[in-house]
Amino acid sequence: MSERGIVVHKPYARLSREQMEMIDKASLDLLENPGILCYHEESVTMLEKAGATAKATREGEHDAWWVSIPAKVVKQALDTVPATVTLGARNPENKVILEAEGNRVHFGSGSETNYWLEVKPEKFTSTEDGRERVLPIMKRNRGSLEYLCRSAHLSEQLENLDFFIRNVNVQDTDVTTENKDVNVFFAALNNITKPVVSGVADFDQLEQVVKMAEIIVGGRDELVKNPVVSFITSVVKSPLQIVAETAEKLIAIARLGLPVVISTSPQGGSTAPIDEVGMVAQVNAEALAGITINQLANPGAPVIYGAVPVRARMDDLHDMYGVPEFCHYNMDCAQMARYYKVPCYSTAGVGDAKVPGIQASVEKMYTYTAVPFAAPGLVHYAFGLLDKTQTFSPEQAVLDNHKIGMAKFLHRESGITEEAIERTKKTVQEVMHSPYRMYARYARGMLRRGEIFGGFPFEGESEDQDQTLLNVHEHLKELEAREPQYLSEDVCKEIFDKIPGLLPRLNPYK
Amino acid sequence: MSKDLIEQIVNNVLQGRRNKDDEGIEEGMTGDPGVAELVQKALDSGTDTNDILLNGLSRGMELVGEKYETGEYFIPDMLTAAEAVEEGMKVMEPHLVKGEGGSGKGKVVMATVEKDLHDIGKNLVSIMLKGAGFTVVDLGIDVPAARIAEAAEEEGAGLVGLSALLNTTMSNMGDVVKELEQKGLRDKVKVLIGGAPTSEDFAKEIGADSYGKDAFAAIREAEKLLK
Repeated sequence: MSERGIVVHKPYARLSREQMEMIDKASLDLLENPGILCYHEESVTMLEKAGATAKATREGEHDAWWVSIPAKVVKQALDTVPATVTLGARNPENKVILEAEGNRVHFGSGSETNYWLEVKPEKFTSTEDGRERVLPIMKRNRGSLEYLCRSAHLSEQLENLDFFIRNVNVQDTDVTTENKDVNVFFAALNNITKPVVSGVADFDQLEQVVKMAEIIVGGRDELVKNPVVSFITSVVKSPLQIVAETAEKLIAIARLGLPVVISTSPQGGSTAPIDEVGMVAQVNAEALAGITINQLANPGAPVIYGAVPVRARMDDLHDMYGVPEFCHYNMDCAQMARYYKVPCYSTAGVGDAKVPGIQASVEKMYTYTAVPFAAPGLVHYAFGLLDKTQTFSPEQAVLDNHKIGMAKFLHRESGITEEAIERTKKTVQEVMHSPYRMYARYARGMLRRGEIFGGFPFEGESEDQDQTLLNVHEHLKELEAREPQYLSEDVCKEIFDKIPGLLPRLNPYK
Repeated sequence: MSKDLIEQIVNNVLQGRRNKDDEGIEEGMTGDPGVAELVQKALDSGTDTNDILLNGLSRGMELVGEKYETGEYFIPDMLTAAEAVEEGMKVMEPHLVKGEGGSGKGKVVMATVEKDLHDIGKNLVSIMLKGAGFTVVDLGIDVPAARIAEAAEEEGAGLVGLSALLNTTMSNMGDVVKELEQKGLRDKVKVLIGGAPTSEDFAKEIGADSYGKDAFAAIREAEKLLK
């Protein structure tokens, strides 16, 4: 049993049973009419064979099919979905075991941001009072392999991060479409011993990525038992369209028997209805469509219901994360996944703000607190994301790690037992007869046992300046200085010998 | 033997154990002798009272202070350690010759001023003062200025510590200073104030001698004022 994450003892049920049945029916009706617009012929063939009807059409320059999927096809697919999915890890103690009806919530990183935000403290002299102050200066740099290695290594150090989705979009000039996947997977796997979950950019590299993982664990059978890599496929383009290339990857991964997240990310107000019922009915239909294709390709393949519904900003139609609707959408989806007995992948912790600090933390804390109440198995996007997933800030990731610790603490059990009641009465009696009637002595035991939340380690002492970011920056340096837990020299050698396209600068033994 | 006992006293101050019934920071200490029993044992074995005071109780509190400074200890640790020292002092008291540590570092009258019922800060300072070796006469909460001045005179205190949490009651601190002046005690009795609405400027304004921004500052100021 996975010991990572936090158990939510009584998941919040925003939807009644009747409302879930209504959403289920609405989603199934949508899959039948209008159905899905599918750009992938093999998926169409599989769906037709299972009982769907398809009608060919042309969409611009592409062949496509309107596919009407009857409810029974979806239900049959759901019947074969495994209720437990394991995300393997280099360190077996870091495995994440997802149970569809379990209540354990895990937090992870993602998504591929274009920028890495560097923080540099600089001294300034105030023109107001002539005093010197240190302020954090920020600079956005393009994502690179080096940054990806740093983020994986940092993620290893963050105790509340349970799984790693790469959070830097690599833009080095020597990284091409043909070698990107092998390099980014190696950069991640070599720097973190927790589960690595990622998309594959190029279908042709999937085989090499899987081969790399097999070398790490010792073969195909071992990889199925301990899938140190799991995948994410954005197979659905909202609204209700199946993307050809991603469907091809989804089917291939299903046939390999490796875990895959069906990730669909409609935006309320542009690619999905903005109201809760409309959004959830559609995103649920999209997730079900992906799961159906996955199970038709390989019944019983490990699959995860991935819903990333967001709301559009009304001023520029960008994504908007730290808002109430986002929480409603995501809590509902977690409930629907549980309804179908499929493990769930959800979202919390994206800051719309562009820089780390107070505004970003408020937005993040809002969703960290709300979404996990519905007990989705995986909560991604939780570390360091700013500017609507455009920017990764390692300092913010360290702050987020602390806030996720608070969110986890919120779900601790009350501890109310007969024994505790008796202990409490005895304590109150003792304190009432003591000179100062203070409970500090009794708080101490809980403090030492870690039963009291530890407070805010990054608060500063200044009375006229927020020093949090500067303090986090110093702590980040300590975390980054820790020794990485690289793959062994033999494993690295075998990987570099057998996997083409790897850049020699990633080999720590060169 | 006596050296071993002194070390045990130091350790039990660090553990915040008043007596054998208390638990410590470390597991499994309940049932072992605490500070009170160890001080008694040391006295019974003829250990010098100064040795117990300086190398046992005071040394223990010094180490607690150091651990607090480095972030290893928290306020509850300081308070429990101070309580343990207080228990040790109770055992010591009959054995102390007047003038040889009988009132330790000096006598302090503590009070929350009239119309103010808040006592956490005042209690915190009282406990810490005792732990630091001061003798504390705690008058409690909602104490009129005249009563505070009277107690200072009766007890022969060198310091009055005043607490207030409300900006409507803090002005009563000034009344205490005036009462002490009227009784002709002001040159003998120093006044230290503290509490959320107070400040160094306010202390100066009302003619108090010092201001403690928190319990630790209050202890430092008390030590300076009664030096």
